[in-house]
Amino acid sequence: MSCEEKKCQCCCGEENNQQKYDRIAEVIEKYKNREGSLIQVLHMAQSIFGYLPLELQKFIAEGMDKPLSEVSGVVTFYSFFSTEPRGEHTIRVCLGTACYVRGGKKLVDRLEEILEVKVGGTTKDQKFTFEVARCIGACGLAPAMMIDDVVYKQVNPDKLEAILAKY
Amino acid sequence: MINITINGKQVSVAEGSTILEAAKQNNIYIPNLCYLEGVHKFGSCRLCVVEVEGARNLQASCMVPVREGMVIKTNTEKVRKARKVLYELILSDHPKDCLSCERNQSCELQELGNRLGVTEARFEGEKSVGNEDFSPSITRDMSKCILCRRCITVCNEIQNVGILNAQNRGFKTVVGPAMDLPINTVNCAYCGQCTVVCPVGALKETDAIQDVWKAINDKKKRVVVQVAPAIRVAIGEEFGLEPGTIVTGKLATALREMGFDDVFDTNFTADLTIIEEGTEFLTRVKKALTGGEATLPMITSCSPGWIKYVEHAFPLELDHLSTCKSPHTMLGALAKSYYAEKINVDPKDMYVVSIMPCTAKKFEISRPEMQNNGVPNVDAVLTTRELAKMIKEAGIDFLNLEDGQYDNPLGLSSGAADIFGVTGGVMEAALRTVYELVTGRELPFDKLHVAPIVGLEQIKTADILIENPVEAYKFLDGFTVKVAVTSGLKGAKILLDQIAKGESPYHFIEVMGCPGGCISGGGQPRPTTPEIRQKRLDAIYREDEGKQLRKSHENEYVTKLYEEFLKTPNGHKSHELLHTHYTKRGKFNEYIGE
Repeated sequence: MSCEEKKCQCCCGEENNQQKYDRIAEVIEKYKNREGSLIQVLHMAQSIFGYLPLELQKFIAEGMDKPLSEVSGVVTFYSFFSTEPRGEHTIRVCLGTACYVRGGKKLVDRLEEILEVKVGGTTKDQKFTFEVARCIGACGLAPAMMIDDVVYKQVNPDKLEAILAKY
Repeated sequence: MINITINGKQVSVAEGSTILEAAKQNNIYIPNLCYLEGVHKFGSCRLCVVEVEGARNLQASCMVPVREGMVIKTNTEKVRKARKVLYELILSDHPKDCLSCERNQSCELQELGNRLGVTEARFEGEKSVGNEDFSPSITRDMSKCILCRRCITVCNEIQNVGILNAQNRGFKTVVGPAMDLPINTVNCAYCGQCTVVCPVGALKETDAIQDVWKAINDKKKRVVVQVAPAIRVAIGEEFGLEPGTIVTGKLATALREMGFDDVFDTNFTADLTIIEEGTEFLTRVKKALTGGEATLPMITSCSPGWIKYVEHAFPLELDHLSTCKSPHTMLGALAKSYYAEKINVDPKDMYVVSIMPCTAKKFEISRPEMQNNGVPNVDAVLTTRELAKMIKEAGIDFLNLEDGQYDNPLGLSSGAADIFGVTGGVMEAALRTVYELVTGRELPFDKLHVAPIVGLEQIKTADILIENPVEAYKFLDGFTVKVAVTSGLKGAKILLDQIAKGESPYHFIEVMGCPGGCISGGGQPRPTTPEIRQKRLDAIYREDEGKQLRKSHENEYVTKLYEEFLKTPNGHKSHELLHTHYTKRGKFNEYIGE
């Protein structure tokens, strides 16, 4: 799987939709006869296309020879999948027990103010998609948050603007 | 065999049985809700929990297979309490408007509460909101759904259509089409099998009762009714009769008492269909055998669920379909032309109601092809269940009605028409006529039943050898007609995949959209178990064998119709009134746009 993902990250933004669909078609071709591979295909399709709109779900349903309702059932079940365009970066504030107790909610409130979006939304400039997570395994560093793959520890709400400015 | 102890009783049961099945075989009833024998085993409702010695938790008896030496208790204080709490939890997210729900007194959830002795509903919490989703055939009300998922199993595994699946997660879970799309925008066949298995009022046929009462009460309207073959062997169940009881005569009387002006029989146009479709088949075969171009196999077109399915799933294979309209739309078209002329009524003042075992027929009548001169062939379709409700509402004592007759000229029918209601029936009826027409001899099968295509198997086939045909059909001498029959859309896909690959060995195929045919259609009484299906099937063949008239081409009123009105099979008038064309829809309606 990692191979396609890498390829995607280096090409995204340079491709047009047709090229993206072509690459998703290659992924489907590779996985379509493997039992239980729908999640993997969706995962890769999202990393290629950025999100999973209805049209793309239809394309995948057709290619995988599965009912559209089954594909959308999986897409809407897992919070990892998104049917809306996503921002360039994903912010995930941890609201696991430790982070919650140490003020994770305050981070959420402050971020909603700064970004002017609610949890689950994407900023107007398409820069950030704002989500919450249930424990990212950094309880000793609570309250923690992640931007893409980078973990920010013991975040103070007042430091948020400075952190976001790096992106 | 496995030895187990249930409630202190030692019994042996077959290996692989679940606890629930083992208990049932030994006359112990374990309450259950989501389980559906032979169809759906999912364990979502947990109401069938039992105590198993050595197990840490209560076990869902519908899911757990028996093991040697298992000690099971189905009726302990712990079990009874747990079931009640589980039931109350289901109720906590269910609208308690039972008295005005259309499933009142026929709701499995309601009945189970009674059985469990539940007298409280202690839990009040958030309620699932669901907007009603209407289509011409099926109405969904997801606020009533208890997530048993029977409909998902039927839609995906039995019918292989896959419109319904669980969407979202946790409390927000709903059963429905992808991305909350309305059901009338997706590739639903409207077969209605989901409405038969829904235990509550979440999935049902779209109501036509009010429209029909309105028409009956409208003094300016001439209200014509017709009854499909499968109704007469099933509607008795709604009045407590044994499945398979034939009530053809009582039905005619009930309809007359309800206030319908003319009580016709869709069977009449089933006979007519055989003439039209048989002629069409022979024309295609003749062309193919004499060097012309003809699309074979030809496939029957009586089942509108099947038609909508094939338009979505195989839009490039529609030339294989017979162009015949379904029998009830033929009858509607004739009532508003041939019959309207006879009684001097303006077709616009005539209202045709079809009593059908089918939800797909409700959509079918709304198709633009199903009208002539701007007047729809049929104005309303009632399911078997809806008609039973109306009979009750009208205060008619169905069980004690005298037998009545159907009205001519659209009421007489042969036994061949009766068997249209069961898988293999249309094919057998066609063969009875076509074989005799071609050879001058009766179809060479015991009691005229083409044994290889009788029964509930998914795909049935037969070879019919033509020898010594009459002069006009000499080109068929030595030709073997290969036929196939399937019911249920899963079987249809298998046969259509063969056709799409150019590998179909058949000349003539019968497809009915519902497993078993119309006897277990989406509009038939609930429940339809394998046992009930078999009883309805047997009854259809009894009805056929009880008639003197067994072949469509011997129906004198059909002959008269051709003499007086249609002139010749597949002629100009027939094409105008009795034949149709199809719409390429595609899996996502991509051919006709969204």
